[in-house]
Amino acid sequence: MSDPGTSAGITRADVAHLAGLSRIDLTDEELDRLAPQLAVILDSVATVSQVASQDIPPTSHAVPLQNVFREDVVRPGLTPEEALSGAPLVDQQRFAVPRILGEEA
Amino acid sequence: MSALADRDLIRLSASDLAARLADGSVTSVQATQAHLDRIAAVDGAVHAFLHVDAEGALATAADVDARRAAGEPLPTLAGVPIAVKDVLATRGMPTTCGSRILEGWVPPYDATVVSRLRAAGLPILGKTNMDEFAMGSSTEHSAYGPTHNPWDLDRIPGGSGGGSAAAVAAFEAPLAIGTDTGGSIRQPGAVTGTVGVKPTYGGVSRYGLVALASSLDQAGPVTRTVLDAALLHELIGGHDPRDSTSIDAPAPSAVEAAGRTDVAGLRVGVVRELGGEGYQPGVSARFDEVVALLSEAGAEVVEVSCPSFEMALAAYYLILPSEASSNLAKFDAMRYGLRVGPAGVDAPSAEQVMAATREAGFGDEVKRRIILGTYALSSGYYDAYYGSAQKVRTLIARDFDAAFEKVDVLLSPTSPTTAFKLGAKLDDPLSMYLQDVATIPANLAGVPGISVPSGLADEDGLPTGVQVLAPATADARLYHVGAFIERALDERWGHTLLSQAPDLEVAR
Repeated sequence: MSDPGTSAGITRADVAHLAGLSRIDLTDEELDRLAPQLAVILDSVATVSQVASQDIPPTSHAVPLQNVFREDVVRPGLTPEEALSGAPLVDQQRFAVPRILGEEA
Repeated sequence: MSALADRDLIRLSASDLAARLADGSVTSVQATQAHLDRIAAVDGAVHAFLHVDAEGALATAADVDARRAAGEPLPTLAGVPIAVKDVLATRGMPTTCGSRILEGWVPPYDATVVSRLRAAGLPILGKTNMDEFAMGSSTEHSAYGPTHNPWDLDRIPGGSGGGSAAAVAAFEAPLAIGTDTGGSIRQPGAVTGTVGVKPTYGGVSRYGLVALASSLDQAGPVTRTVLDAALLHELIGGHDPRDSTSIDAPAPSAVEAAGRTDVAGLRVGVVRELGGEGYQPGVSARFDEVVALLSEAGAEVVEVSCPSFEMALAAYYLILPSEASSNLAKFDAMRYGLRVGPAGVDAPSAEQVMAATREAGFGDEVKRRIILGTYALSSGYYDAYYGSAQKVRTLIARDFDAAFEKVDVLLSPTSPTTAFKLGAKLDDPLSMYLQDVATIPANLAGVPGISVPSGLADEDGLPTGVQVLAPATADARLYHVGAFIERALDERWGHTLLSQAPDLEVAR
């Protein structure tokens, strides 16, 4: 990938790699279309890097956050049926999912 | 009061309708049915709704009518129907966020905002259309087709909450709930001639709101009048133990503030960076008139500079995709939502199913932002992009702090343009993003904002909006100034802005 702040931006190969990391099977047609658009957007937002070297505290949240505690008391939650109500596949009151290990495992 | 025809019933403000419900001249069943009939008549053309729950709404209405008849004291808005943006979880009603990946998903729980509406006896008419996962400024990124602006059906209603704004503008509902991450309540308000409020971050619970960018998202009122927004804000606002970012303080005294009539001595700052070049002439002209009105009424109007706002759009389009790429990782085809397998693969792995499902279930804009966010958070790029954006966020908050030392409220146009034609910016994401240039700073700093109609642009006859911003937790000031602007303009025009909207062709 190229240096941030330069106008070279993001390549088609970069987008394919990022799509893999994001678990999205982009088609060739989508890569052709989205990659140049992302390059334009990235060029535009790269203006923020002008403050990169300045000593400014980062803000992750508009309102200062503190940990919030509550009493450890039982309160109603979802029933198993409710929790499973949107599942694509259910097996014996559990979420049924595709295999999680590779062929070679 | 005398009996009203349905045509007039749906044009009442929520507060006027509430008064008629309270004095018994109208029942909630009548009012709810009148709005359901209006939806049936015009929503084929407007497409504000993704789901209509006639049965549920009428059942709530009948219940409220029975309780009222029995003499039970009821909340002010009891029996007034409402529409809810499809990003808030509704038990027993589909919640899709405008996405294929959640098509048909029925949540097993209610968002806190929805719980409060139900507890107060508001019949929920249905769920409103939106850009997929609230990513967009035109509602064209909905997987279920765009919403049309009631002022001109060939134009966008704004976004992401175009459905909620169009529903109140087309008299399909007197009230709606929206959410605002970068302007998604205020910009649709401006381009449809309606009122929209983004409360202080943490002022309204986010529990049950499907997260786009957790540090920016905020739900709020979508209405036709400032007083109606105040009534709804007081109902949905206030502390919620289920949202750890909820402000532990009562909701603002919005209704009282909306009743104040005097702005003499109020210090108003016009933001230099949110106007001028890039703003449509008609938008600027109507804005200047509002500024003059405030001056004439004795407000002290000064120009203030917020130089870091120039970088707000860039910071926003790094922070939002970064948070969104993380938040949307939960759509993994495992516990709920769409699941599709990759073509031509026997016994695919969970990872392959995930990638195929997200490819099939997400639209272009969602894919763009997830990839952008994944890039911004990549090691080696994090400091330059996400880290810098967080520094800009600090600078923007400091600009607001400095400005609010000099003035009580800030003023700007809400949107730089009026509603554009459907399709005009669909292939030019950057140009679409510029729609939010004036609304984004408030989200980054967590401060509240309201959009109020400011008139019609001379060049196209379409609605324009003015935005009022206040310091965090000073939401009451929005209602004070917003109500003044609304009243002063209505008096000058001799009518409300929405009364000038064309009559929609009614299907029979």
